[in-house]
Amino acid sequence: MIEIKNLNKAFGEKVILKDVSVTIKDGELFSVIGPSGMGKSTFIKCVIRLLKPESGQIIVDGQDIGSTSNEFTLAKVRRSFGYLFQEGALFDSLTVMENVSFGLKYLTDIPKGEYPRIVKEKLALVGLEKVEQLKPSELSVGMKKRVSLARSIATEPKYILYDEPTTGLDPVTTGMVKDLITDMRAKLKITSVVVTHDLSLALEISSRVAMLFEGKFVEVAVPDEFRCSTNATVRQFMEISHLPNPCAPAGIQRMTGKNGKK
Amino acid sequence: MKHPVFKEIGHDFLGLAEAMGSAALTLKSVLFWFFRAKFEFQETAKQAVKIGVDSMTVTVLTSFFTGMVLALQMGRSMKNLFNEPMYVGTMVAFTMLKELGPVLTSVVVAGRAGAVVTAEIGTMQVTEQIDALYTLGTNPTRYLLVPRYIAFMVTLPLLTVFADFLGILGGLLVAVTQLKVSPSVYMNDIFTYLDVSDFMHGFIKTFFFAFMIATVSCYKGLHTKGGAEGVGKATTEAVVTSMVLVMVMDYFISALLVALGI
Repeated sequence: MIEIKNLNKAFGEKVILKDVSVTIKDGELFSVIGPSGMGKSTFIKCVIRLLKPESGQIIVDGQDIGSTSNEFTLAKVRRSFGYLFQEGALFDSLTVMENVSFGLKYLTDIPKGEYPRIVKEKLALVGLEKVEQLKPSELSVGMKKRVSLARSIATEPKYILYDEPTTGLDPVTTGMVKDLITDMRAKLKITSVVVTHDLSLALEISSRVAMLFEGKFVEVAVPDEFRCSTNATVRQFMEISHLPNPCAPAGIQRMTGKNGKK
Repeated sequence: MKHPVFKEIGHDFLGLAEAMGSAALTLKSVLFWFFRAKFEFQETAKQAVKIGVDSMTVTVLTSFFTGMVLALQMGRSMKNLFNEPMYVGTMVAFTMLKELGPVLTSVVVAGRAGAVVTAEIGTMQVTEQIDALYTLGTNPTRYLLVPRYIAFMVTLPLLTVFADFLGILGGLLVAVTQLKVSPSVYMNDIFTYLDVSDFMHGFIKTFFFAFMIATVSCYKGLHTKGGAEGVGKATTEAVVTSMVLVMVMDYFISALLVALGI
């Protein structure tokens, strides 16, 4: 379980997160949505402590890593996490095989001889084969994301953090990534935190959705409740995303059109 | 109200102090991981090839022609003064071993390998590959910086020895073909008037230069901001800073070694 309590983060004088508190339960697929530049990526980078918050607690399985600077404590907690970066963040100088097995070398005691089998298995899970010897520069954007996902799940982490998993992808690859995220949860029972500005994706795959706006969660709810939220910011974001309000009276529904378009 | 010029100067000084503090912390981290982490043989060997072996051609050309021009100029000067090209071997070897060998090689390595290191680490920084290392249980200092420090510290002194030898060889070629000095006289001039301490004077300096170039290149790479433009800027800054510091340090280390009788 991940508990975030009163998290504050600022860059210089610019405050990004203000007193953010939330609990992410085991097995959940928790999505954080919001417009660009509202601190979504900052939030998940704080969760895994790639960024140090000004104040607040980040409790992962009972261990508070919010204020510690101890490299070994952080490394120990980070072992339970996989992280899918927005651009994949594959190591350019290494092959797909070396990229996917990287975590196995540093985070596990698995013998080196086992790496090819595990890498093949994880690549198959994300729908890739015969790419082990390719370099990241030889892969398409969608393939890079899938290799990056294979790298994140290679060590079988308890949690996966997805930073804008569908940004910059075509509709077909977006659908593929969406299926992968739900599959990871279903097949591997991984707790997932997805950061995205794609509201329809979040509502479709999540067990809970949180809206981050001006440094605060203005709404945290299960998708059905979220769709009916009366919060003005949520409503505005739903309208911008062309999503209808299923709880609005029929007349208002008609006024905004079938797809919510005016 | 503060004068804008003073404000600018103050801002620059604060920036310099901050950079020096940050570089010191990077250095502390390098020393910490140097003694704590398992030796990354493969990565260190890869870097030694990139930094040392790949700098070989340019070192060969630079030192060989420097030796040639030294012999030519000194031989002509001696001929004008004493009507005989005296002590050409002594002067070429003295200059190469004590100054030009270490300084020129360091400048070449700073310009070629230093730029490669900064650009590589800088690109990793702006594409979140450094963050990815943290999430995969690896400290970037351990995986990236320590192997590069070792590679610089091992290859720069070796390249310098090579440059010293080639410079003397270049001088010999000109002395024999242009100045009509016999090879035995040229070599005799070297072995009669120079000893091991002359070689050691230049050789010791290269360890300081290597350490400085590694620190500047790695530090600039790790603190790269602003995408491709930032990588270019960081690389230029790293090369310029390293080259200037080679010259400045050269005087102070030489003065110290002279005071110590080396």
